[in-house]
Amino acid sequence: MIAETGHFALILALCLALVQGTLPLAGAARGHEAWMKLATGAALAQAAMTMIAFAALTLAYIHSDFSLRNVFENSHSLKPMLYKVTGVWGNHEGSLVLWVLILALFALAVALRGGLPLETKARVLGVLGLIAAGFLAFSLFTSNPFERLDPPPVDGRDLNPILQDPGLAFHPPFLYLGYVGLSVTFAFAVAALIEGRVDRRWAQWVRPFTLASWTFLTTGIALGSWWAYYELGWGGWWFWDPVENASFMPWLAATALLHSTIVTGKRDALKSWTILLAILAFSLSLLGTFLVRSGVLTSIHAFAVDPARGVFILAILTAAIGGALTLYAVRAPSLRPGGFFAPVSREGALVLNNLFLAAGCFTVLTGTLYPLLLDVVTGASVSVGPPYYEIVFVPLMVPLLLLVALGMMAPWKRADLAGVLSRLKLLALVSVATWGIAWWWTLQASPLPAFGIALSVWIAGSVILEYGERIRIFRCPLRQSWRRARQLPAASHAMSLAHLGVAVFVAGVTASSAWQTEIIRTMAPGDRQDIAGYTLVFEGAGMVAGPNYDAERGTFVVTADGRHITRLEPERRSYLVQATRTTEAAIHTTLFADLYVVLGDAAGEGAHVVRLYHNPLVPWIWGGALLMAAGGAIGLVRRKTGPP
Amino acid sequence: MLRPLLLPGLLLLALPGPLHGVEPDEILADPAMEARARDLGRELRCLVCQNQSIEDSDAPLARDLRVILRQRIEAGDSDEAAVDWIVERYGDYVLLKPPLRGDTAMLWGAPLVALAAGALVVAFALRRNRHAGKGDGP
Repeated sequence: MIAETGHFALILALCLALVQGTLPLAGAARGHEAWMKLATGAALAQAAMTMIAFAALTLAYIHSDFSLRNVFENSHSLKPMLYKVTGVWGNHEGSLVLWVLILALFALAVALRGGLPLETKARVLGVLGLIAAGFLAFSLFTSNPFERLDPPPVDGRDLNPILQDPGLAFHPPFLYLGYVGLSVTFAFAVAALIEGRVDRRWAQWVRPFTLASWTFLTTGIALGSWWAYYELGWGGWWFWDPVENASFMPWLAATALLHSTIVTGKRDALKSWTILLAILAFSLSLLGTFLVRSGVLTSIHAFAVDPARGVFILAILTAAIGGALTLYAVRAPSLRPGGFFAPVSREGALVLNNLFLAAGCFTVLTGTLYPLLLDVVTGASVSVGPPYYEIVFVPLMVPLLLLVALGMMAPWKRADLAGVLSRLKLLALVSVATWGIAWWWTLQASPLPAFGIALSVWIAGSVILEYGERIRIFRCPLRQSWRRARQLPAASHAMSLAHLGVAVFVAGVTASSAWQTEIIRTMAPGDRQDIAGYTLVFEGAGMVAGPNYDAERGTFVVTADGRHITRLEPERRSYLVQATRTTEAAIHTTLFADLYVVLGDAAGEGAHVVRLYHNPLVPWIWGGALLMAAGGAIGLVRRKTGPP
Repeated sequence: MLRPLLLPGLLLLALPGPLHGVEPDEILADPAMEARARDLGRELRCLVCQNQSIEDSDAPLARDLRVILRQRIEAGDSDEAAVDWIVERYGDYVLLKPPLRGDTAMLWGAPLVALAAGALVVAFALRRNRHAGKGDGP
């Protein structure tokens, strides 16, 4: 009964989405006020219906109702409650219900937002209604989560054990919040094209949604890579896998959009480009969904065998991207050009920021799709893996990171390059010195890792300089500086924090990839091993039972200079139902490094293969991402007073 | 390594099984040679996995390739010769960094093309902006 309620609610949501996607748009075109006003009500009702559908599916999971095919295939009565709930979106059908729920909630946020003209609101909600209709139809016609089984099985097949993990349990919702949030900026862009008007007000409407999407995407990607780091068992955290790229491309586009929206909001410039970026960012989200959901990545041929789902998403993709880009081609030329700025200015720096981010995004797109396209066109197979991206993508990011300092220092409209450079003179010297010292200190043939550290110092230094200049630190009494800091707009704190996050991230990436220590050996109980100043003693391994798995757990006692530091207990788990094995690395995290221990295969007489890693600055990778996301969240705080 | 089967289960992140890679008995006694093998192995694809290098995979085929690679290095092959030996037998598909040839020119050219096209658009827009700016006055 609960499942049927959910199913019915999902069908009603589709009907409501169709209303929301047609009448308000027609009403806005004809000036029909009653039709336009329908949008808000339809959005409210659709949100209520998708909430009911989602709640019904969640309840079925909580009660382990195996008469639902979806629950049977992805859950098990022994599974811990947390993973029963997160299992709702740990599969294709359920994740789509989460997708439409988030979409409906974002539409609700637009519907309840004051200060939007009636026509604009009707158009934005109309476009969101069309997208919702597409995805609801996709869910109902190809991926129905409420399908029944008769007779109901006694127990389920369990969720893939790899998904039974806190990092991965909350990775999809954040990613979806980011993806779907970009649908709102997309809808605003389409509405602006229909109206032929983009101005500062438009940028201010869009900014919170862009910022929120970007913050969620950053968090979601960071959670995913953190999971990969601690779960996959050798300390890697990014693999340039097509599935990762699928989330990275929208992030790059959203980052560019975030910066260009600032220019549009502050200076009424870059309008046409901002609109195009808003369209592209959501298009890349849809493309990512297509790549992952259609199975086309596994192989072109697998896609051809069961194309129903892939073709449906491809249709949504074509309609949304094709429609929006056609509208853009027709309407963009009529947008009134915006404010003037000199090439050397903050606007100029942000244009370059967008140039490098867009080129980077295009490169990732090419690398991701090229093997597929080549296979289709010529039948030749090539692999595009991490070495490719390290050669082509990293060089595009270096100038971007160097630019951060210049961009923050340059004033709007017209900057004096000599003046900007002279303010950065001392910092440049410090950075170059850091490069030299780090290179000498690490005694490495390649100067590149040291350059990464210098780059981090350069960015962090410019953030501190810029902040210091704003609050006139040491140039006026400290009390006065403090007052200035408190009066700074939230956007300013946001910028400083996010860019500081970039600096921390760059240091983490550089140090962890260049200076990792690895020891792979067989250890018998009682064996000692030194690594990076730590001494580990292997005490042996034994079996322990978990709620739905058996584990072999090794114990290592860690000391440094004779002091006891910690005990590390890595596990190898065997999940009973799916007969799958996972490794759980044991990690000792300090501010500056991770000590990372993995238990490998048994090697006879209580001995085990053991993998030990010392990963310097690796916590900074996620610390940096966290700072970036925190910056984004602070930027969302609206000022109570003062001019916009 | 059953990645293809796991893929549909997850939304947007790769789902490899636990990665293991190199086992102690494979490691060469000479650390310099082992380091070379590591660097080369990172650029060779485990053919039965999805997008994993032979260094990261515990698939039997990946292990075989690691062992072959180390044998070639111990036999005195240069880096190029050792990789060529494997490419000859397994094809270009084994290279995670595709070779530059006619049908991959666009792949390798993509970043430059994107940057150049973008720079042209920016230059053009700035020119137009400057002309527009003359009308507005600074």
